[in-house]
Amino acid sequence: MTQKTNRREGFPWYGWAAGSVLTLLVALLCVCAGSVPLPMGDTLAVIGRAIRGVPVSEGLPKSIILSIRLPRVLCAGLSGAALALCGAAMQGLLRNPLADGSTLGVSSGGALGAALAIVLGISIPGLPLAASTGMAMLFAFGSLMIILTVAYAMDHSLATQTIILIGVIFSMLSSALLSLLIAFSGEKLRSITFWTMGSLSGRSYTHVLILLFGLLVCGGVLLSQEAELNAFAVGEENARHVGVPVRRVKMRVMIAASALIGICVSVGGSIGFVGLIVPHMVRLVTGPNHRKMLPTTVFSGAIFLMLTDLMARTVLSPIELPIGVVTSLIGAVMFVSIFYRSRKGGRGVC
Amino acid sequence: MLNVDNVSVRYGDKEVLSRLQVRVEPGQWWMIAGPNGAGKSTLISAISQGVPYTGKIAVLGRDARDYNAGELARQVGVLSQHHASGYAFTVREVIALGRYAYRTGFFKNGDAEGEERILEAMAATGLTELGERNILTLSGGEMQRVFLAQALAQQPALLMLDEPANHLDLIYQRQLFALIGDWLKTPGRAVISVVHDLMLAKHYGTHALLLREGKTIAAGETAAVLTRQNLFAAYGMDVFAWMQDLLSEWRE
Repeated sequence: MTQKTNRREGFPWYGWAAGSVLTLLVALLCVCAGSVPLPMGDTLAVIGRAIRGVPVSEGLPKSIILSIRLPRVLCAGLSGAALALCGAAMQGLLRNPLADGSTLGVSSGGALGAALAIVLGISIPGLPLAASTGMAMLFAFGSLMIILTVAYAMDHSLATQTIILIGVIFSMLSSALLSLLIAFSGEKLRSITFWTMGSLSGRSYTHVLILLFGLLVCGGVLLSQEAELNAFAVGEENARHVGVPVRRVKMRVMIAASALIGICVSVGGSIGFVGLIVPHMVRLVTGPNHRKMLPTTVFSGAIFLMLTDLMARTVLSPIELPIGVVTSLIGAVMFVSIFYRSRKGGRGVC
Repeated sequence: MLNVDNVSVRYGDKEVLSRLQVRVEPGQWWMIAGPNGAGKSTLISAISQGVPYTGKIAVLGRDARDYNAGELARQVGVLSQHHASGYAFTVREVIALGRYAYRTGFFKNGDAEGEERILEAMAATGLTELGERNILTLSGGEMQRVFLAQALAQQPALLMLDEPANHLDLIYQRQLFALIGDWLKTPGRAVISVVHDLMLAKHYGTHALLLREGKTIAAGETAAVLTRQNLFAAYGMDVFAWMQDLLSEWRE
């Protein structure tokens, strides 16, 4: 069988279109569903009028849709897309399917940064959330640097086990420091559950805009590195041989991924394992080629976290579960499964 | 084509390559031989800018340090000793990475000649039928051919092979060396390969570089380099007599 067809590299336009439509449909479903179910038609009408600037009659549906559920669902979708994309990029870069913001301790580092900004009262006039977001980004990047530097010093091959071990230790250290900070912060910090298990409750459109900005800038950088990540996923030495500027690409991906994780943490706390679960599931369908896998991961991450958030707020209604509890339950099982398969098979994973 | 001038490489306190001088011209096939730890693979790494070195390496008359990664990849292709992907890429996807340095655009997906070169490389290495195979299911020999095809797809002027016969059975070894010989017939090309098998070195190489502990024992035309005295100096044993002994058992 000869392959004469001229293959188009990259994600097709209809893939983007289908992904966008599906994501929007799930978002609409998540806005409608909840402790107070809302008809889809009415919900669409309210959102449509609000987008067009047409006055919407006051009442419970308007307040539930526009003030509570829509910003929350949008935050869930954007966080899910961002966290999943970061996980996929780090897994390609480090050639390690277990790399993720939560397993590497980057999320807890970011949470520590955001909490520190709040406790120390660091603020930027006119930009109420900028200081905590900035500190979360800085600490997330610093955490990744520390973890990789220590791991490299211990093991030049940056083996899976070494990185994960250092990440777990670093994560525990950051969480301990965060607990200490919360214990002494009085009323300044939200509950420890927010920072360790995450929550998207009460998020506003400002948070939506922060996440959207982060996803467009940092996510754009990560998506532009599809070809480079393919080369890294095959091997760093091989990447250099085919012409990838390895050091520059590595720094670019690490800065973009850790900054984006920092932004997500500052908005929704540490929502663990999204970057582990989603890329793993997507790889089973698309294969490891980042040209198909990264865009699919963006849509799947958004859909996954919107549905998980829906589950967290409805499954034990009126009690609301922290979203990170649900993602961690799924993620822990998947972590063990991937680790077991990669150790047992010794030939990598999908 | 390649001028290695007074090149030294240190790993910490240890000097693994010492003041090396080699000049490779088009049409030549250099065989680098020597015992383990002689610095053979380090020389390949230095030429491909994988390790820091002192001295000067010029590729096609230009200092290799002045090339960016993509420019160097268009001139120098490397087949490494070890290949291990953690992910289930297809054979074709791995070979297509050889076109990275030619791709243009924000998403690096523009390459007018790409498809043709990939198919050529697959055909040359006998991989046309295996294009959609998962690389994690390949044998060591098939994997070696995939990465050779990737290097060929780069259309380099200089091909560097680090122990290319690794993992290959005798049939594939013969095919591989014949393939490289054919590739070299196109004007303006040269090959450097690290080899342990001195019979392969003597048969296929036009030139040889014999190393021991990072120092040159002899360099030049194969016949002049792979002599009894030079091999004794490199390996510290009478390689010549040992090989004669081995061969005598094959006389009918």
